[in-house]
Amino acid sequence: MSSPSSRRPANTAGGAPTVDEPELIQDPDLPPVALREEQHDKAGRWTWPKIVLWVAIALLGGIAWTMLAIVRGETVNAIWFVFAAVCTYLIGYRFYSKVIERFITRPDDRRATPAEVKQDGKDYVPTDRRVLYGHHFAAIAGAGPLVGPVLAAQMGYLPGTIWIIVGVVLAGAVQDYLVLFFSMRRGGRTIGQMARQELGKIGGTAAIIAALLIMIIIVAILALVVVNALGESPWGVFSVGMTIPIALFMGVYLRFLRPGKVTEVSIIGFVLLMAAIIGGGWVSNTEWGQALFHLDTTTIAWGIIIYGFIAAILPVWLLLAPRDYLSTFMKIGVIVMLAGAIVLVRPEISVPALTVFGENGLGPVFSGALFPFLFVTIACGALSGFHALIASGTTPKLIEKERQTRFIGYGGMLMESFVAIMALVAAISIDQGIYFAMNSPAALTGGTVEGAVAFVNSLGLTGVNLTPEMLTGTAADVGEESIVSRTGGAPTLALGLAHIMQQALGGQALMAFWYHFAIMFEALFILTAVDAGTRVARFMLQDTIGAWFPKFRDVSWRPGVWITTAIMVAGWGYILILGVTDPLGGINTFFPLFGIANQLLAAIALAVVLAIVAKRGKSYVKWLWIVALPLAFTAVITITASLYKIFSPVPQIGYWANHFKYRAAQEAGDTSLGEPATVEAVIRNTAVQGTLSIIFVVLAIVVMIMAVIVAIKALRRGGGENTEDAAVVSRRYAPAGFLPTSDERELEKQWEPIVNEELRANAHRKGH
Amino acid sequence: MTIQSDAAIGLRAAGALALRAGRGIRWYMRNLMGDSAYETYLAHHRRRHPDEKPMTEREFWRDRMDEQDRNPGARCC
Repeated sequence: MSSPSSRRPANTAGGAPTVDEPELIQDPDLPPVALREEQHDKAGRWTWPKIVLWVAIALLGGIAWTMLAIVRGETVNAIWFVFAAVCTYLIGYRFYSKVIERFITRPDDRRATPAEVKQDGKDYVPTDRRVLYGHHFAAIAGAGPLVGPVLAAQMGYLPGTIWIIVGVVLAGAVQDYLVLFFSMRRGGRTIGQMARQELGKIGGTAAIIAALLIMIIIVAILALVVVNALGESPWGVFSVGMTIPIALFMGVYLRFLRPGKVTEVSIIGFVLLMAAIIGGGWVSNTEWGQALFHLDTTTIAWGIIIYGFIAAILPVWLLLAPRDYLSTFMKIGVIVMLAGAIVLVRPEISVPALTVFGENGLGPVFSGALFPFLFVTIACGALSGFHALIASGTTPKLIEKERQTRFIGYGGMLMESFVAIMALVAAISIDQGIYFAMNSPAALTGGTVEGAVAFVNSLGLTGVNLTPEMLTGTAADVGEESIVSRTGGAPTLALGLAHIMQQALGGQALMAFWYHFAIMFEALFILTAVDAGTRVARFMLQDTIGAWFPKFRDVSWRPGVWITTAIMVAGWGYILILGVTDPLGGINTFFPLFGIANQLLAAIALAVVLAIVAKRGKSYVKWLWIVALPLAFTAVITITASLYKIFSPVPQIGYWANHFKYRAAQEAGDTSLGEPATVEAVIRNTAVQGTLSIIFVVLAIVVMIMAVIVAIKALRRGGGENTEDAAVVSRRYAPAGFLPTSDERELEKQWEPIVNEELRANAHRKGH
Repeated sequence: MTIQSDAAIGLRAAGALALRAGRGIRWYMRNLMGDSAYETYLAHHRRRHPDEKPMTEREFWRDRMDEQDRNPGARCC
């Protein structure tokens, strides 16, 4: 075996000199550990049935896109969204991801993965690809793809749909796949470690600080979404609150009663959860229920802050792990259910393809024009930088064979995009007037039914004719006092989901159940993300402070854990409180920061990948655009969005413009903008938002410049240092995709005796 | 007669199919949720360190959870 840094063209069996890595000679006593080059060629060869199939997929996708984008009748059926998405994903997966595999990642199944080399039965375990797909999907999908598309629906359905579907194929899935692959080649190193290694000290440090800040803002905004969904909702507060004792019970059950019975305890937890939702309806109608659980948003925000701190210092087994099981269970179940319901119900959508807000940027849900704000509002689902943290952490340590990264990385992200499309469909299946009444901040609607009706009807949207009865009737249907100004996306999605689900199952009577069911699972995802995010951020901070005070690196030193947790919770808690008390609404002013942060993380991850690919050698230069394209796009949208937020003279859009507008009013003693306290709050919030925007964009630009410098240096030299782990010959085999090809199945059969022998030997030893 | 036996064969085939599907779902859920984690560890341990005593199931799960305390993993938004 040669050293990892040597680069010479390999004589591959098929004679195609595409792979430039050390020669790997496999154990001749074993069946082949990889398919031969010509077998791959054979699988790629076109046959008539295949041509017919792909032409049919392309045609169906084409018709669906035509229905959505060109025909745009009075109404459009939701089924076209499903067809457009699925057909485009299939084509992207079959063609584009194969191009990436062939020219950028160039996996080699003769090479053992970290799971095989470092196998320890715990962290490094070769895992069945289909199981790992589920794992990876459960780790990347959360509330993000459910919320962003709902907010973006104010611009009409078309821009969001195009960005979610096209964006994932060309950007989001590319990022996930490449980060996963390159992390796997480096023994599962994290994106931060890779940044330090590839970009040097400045770039690496900037990347890590950016990741830390981004984590704080993401946790804060997610918490804000939950708080807005639970405010003034005793039913929601009760049922979401009950998840805590349920999780504690599950934790104790797994720790002391029946260790390892995860599915069993998850089913018990699920049943209890359903009971909590049904019980919530009853509790919210009692006097004591009203007195105990009818809370305003500020109280709930403080509750979540205290909860976040306690949850992050409690041992994992007690709260985080059981809730994580519950959330995985719910995630898969709900998504299958929603997809089934949409196909079954096929709701008619009356929202227009485009609204005026995309152009003028003055929409009430969030401000800013289509370019660039649509692309930062829908982050998860199209391109999510946060995934780089998952794709570089746990998943690469579990991959069985190199070729499976395409299915897991690229394919996993396609599934998340599909979730985003379903969230969009759910949100636009409700009446447009109700949508705007729910998503416009109280600053505009006054928080009252009359105010909301007057405001929404004054927007001058075609086809919108909101009546007070529509709002009070819908609120009564879902068991809430009011649905006016329930911003944050979660209540809108819950209403949309309830609307679709009740048509499939249970009818009007179950509307309130489905609504609170949806609120519950969104809250479950978000609380898990808040807890896990606080822990990860604390870990990063401990590591950073540890550079000066080594004691902080000791994770079992409790005071260190408490101090760093408190700092992190204070960080996101402060922003959360600002968001909750924001006189201008909260979500509409803070959400762009969330999207910008997430997309900047994507830019950082793609910049690291760009440097890695450029260093791989000359034969990669021609294909560097595959990485450069999404990197350039996300760089342009995030930097433009940041510049708008910093420099725009329009107060609704520019943080500083608004800051100075209110500041001028304060100095002039002008009270037309609100009470002195309100004016002061706006001045403070816009200063925080503006400062964060500046910090984010500066850090991201530093990282990108460093990456481009590294890449150009590598291009000039015709390659660079190889930071991959040494190649080791693999001693196992598994197919690459979900379904094995005929050659793969044949090879699997050759391995069967060996696998069976191992199983038998195991059973034999067990007997002793 | 033949109709009856055909029906019986069909029924048996459907039963076998349902059984297979049920087994498949059970296998998937057990692996996805992590029920099989201890078995995986035990198999690995027996293969690689046949002379050392493996952890008991209880010890294994404690160790696994404590490891997550030391090394937190992110959950996505």
